Amino acid sequence: MERPQAMPAPAAAGAAGAERAGRFARFWSANGAGYMFLAPWLIGFMVLTAGPALISLYLSLTDFDLLRPPNWVGTANYERIFTADAKFMASMRVTLFFVIFSVPLKLAFALAVAVALNRGIRGLPLYRAIFYLPSLLGTSVAIAVLWRQLFARDGLVNSFLATFGIEGPSWISHPDYALWTLIILSVWQFGSPMIIFLAGLRQIPTDMYEAASLDGASKSRQFWKITLPLLTPVIFFNAVVQTIESFKAFTPAFIISGGTGGPVNSTLFYTLYLYQEAFGFLRMGYASALAWILVVIIAAFTALSFLSSRYWVHYDD
Amino acid sequence: MTDATLSVAAADLEAAARRRRILNLVVHGLLIAASVLMLYPLLWMLSASLRPEAEIFGSTSIWPSEISFEAYRRGWFGLQESFGVFFRNSFVIAVLSVIGNVMACSLAAYAFARLKFRGRNFWFAIMLGTLMIPYHVTLIPQYVLFLNLGWVDTFLPLVVPKFLAHDAFFIFLMVQFFRGIPRELDEAAMMDGCSPWRIYWKIMLPLSMPVLATAAIFSFLWTWDDFFGPLIYLNDMRNFTVQLGLRSFVDSSSQSDWGGLFAMSTLTLVPVFFFFLFFQRLLIEGIATTGMKR
Repeated sequence: MERPQAMPAPAAAGAAGAERAGRFARFWSANGAGYMFLAPWLIGFMVLTAGPALISLYLSLTDFDLLRPPNWVGTANYERIFTADAKFMASMRVTLFFVIFSVPLKLAFALAVAVALNRGIRGLPLYRAIFYLPSLLGTSVAIAVLWRQLFARDGLVNSFLATFGIEGPSWISHPDYALWTLIILSVWQFGSPMIIFLAGLRQIPTDMYEAASLDGASKSRQFWKITLPLLTPVIFFNAVVQTIESFKAFTPAFIISGGTGGPVNSTLFYTLYLYQEAFGFLRMGYASALAWILVVIIAAFTALSFLSSRYWVHYDD
Repeated sequence: MTDATLSVAAADLEAAARRRRILNLVVHGLLIAASVLMLYPLLWMLSASLRPEAEIFGSTSIWPSEISFEAYRRGWFGLQESFGVFFRNSFVIAVLSVIGNVMACSLAAYAFARLKFRGRNFWFAIMLGTLMIPYHVTLIPQYVLFLNLGWVDTFLPLVVPKFLAHDAFFIFLMVQFFRGIPRELDEAAMMDGCSPWRIYWKIMLPLSMPVLATAAIFSFLWTWDDFFGPLIYLNDMRNFTVQLGLRSFVDSSSQSDWGGLFAMSTLTLVPVFFFFLFFQRLLIEGIATTGMKR
């Protein structure tokens, strides 16, 4: 076998190198298979997640605009966001309003329907399928288009109201109502939390209810004292997932407002504002700062939920 | 016991049964009303796409007076490119995404569920962590990366990440399933000198068809419905997906061709509805066991 021509490094370093190579060979023979299988994800994680996350943190401290190399501006982006950006405040208000109303309403519907379906009712698979369908179709542009027409001046909702002699406004172009149409759209898609509730309800042992009926507890008392407490882990899970999803909502607001977040910023979801800054005005540094603020807000909400869960979520040990 | 008390007890039971029947009827009534309310908008869209333009608005009925497919023809050719192009693009992207997700995620899931290697728990925790990160944080650097690679306005930014298991949710889903497969099977194969690769390919994958199917269906649906990705990466109408096509239709035809718009909206929902009809059980089980968001 041919030996490599001159080793440039001194002998000692060569020996260390050989030892390192040996250690690597040992590591590889023990762990190589695992890393081979993991390789696609690992590469993806480095190139698409970890690297970009760090870079966007850096970009958030610059004035990057895609066309010129970024200039360091320190915390100027963040300062402007928190002190001098009316649109940021508007988008924050809109998003929080959306989250605070759509999530509890959606979960309340999901739970009510799940409880009704869990009575051993006939036709359960059909009902379940019907209630799940909107949730599956939900995020597509077609549904947003449909919603726009439902709540337009001459849309289905107003035609319906007209049969009672009520003349409805153009809901989607009225700043007081536009956001509510989006909340209704979100509540309409209560199907997947409903399915998760149904699965949770199945887990509650029936003998608990039997014992309670023998003791003379009414149905509503059974619901408040047995069903609800035992379901709190599922409620908690659904609440966290739906809250995060609501913070990230984008498509319906984009389609219904034609990408503007109007009327009068009343549907300017946070993600929509971020999109406008990044890809409308190419203020990429500024948008990076917005993205990091979103991360912090979502993380804070999640952490708060977990902290509060100690006081209202019952885990049986 | 006397006859009197017996008949009182029987009457009590009968009354209770009647109450239960009535309550059941009420619940059915409410559920049916809710179902109609839920489905009405969808049916209205379907019927609006089939009726003459003049009849679309100002009516709450979902029965068209006459059925015409004129709106479908108008909508299909309503933009510079026909919807055939958009459907083809969406289909290509969705199928490639399915292949990428199933391959890359099952590889990683197999490593996490079955192989022993140093750092496994660490990487698993990291993988779970990535599920929590909103994509907005990586959005801009990813865009710059793809821009520099010359991939903007191609399908690559939408497809290549799937081959790198970027939808880590599916890894999690598959790990859960793989862990339920009896270990004896792969240990026996290992004894017989099977390589991890063969075990993955010959034992794990064939036994995991339900979870692979679930992942495939959800990948397809999520990619089909994705609006944000195509919005950012695709500029030329020849590359548009159906979602972008619809959006252009909204912009170009505002106030004019509602029939065409509804017709194309309905068409873009057809593949989703098809999956719903045929794979409902898998979809519902997938959600019930993993708590998927939709």
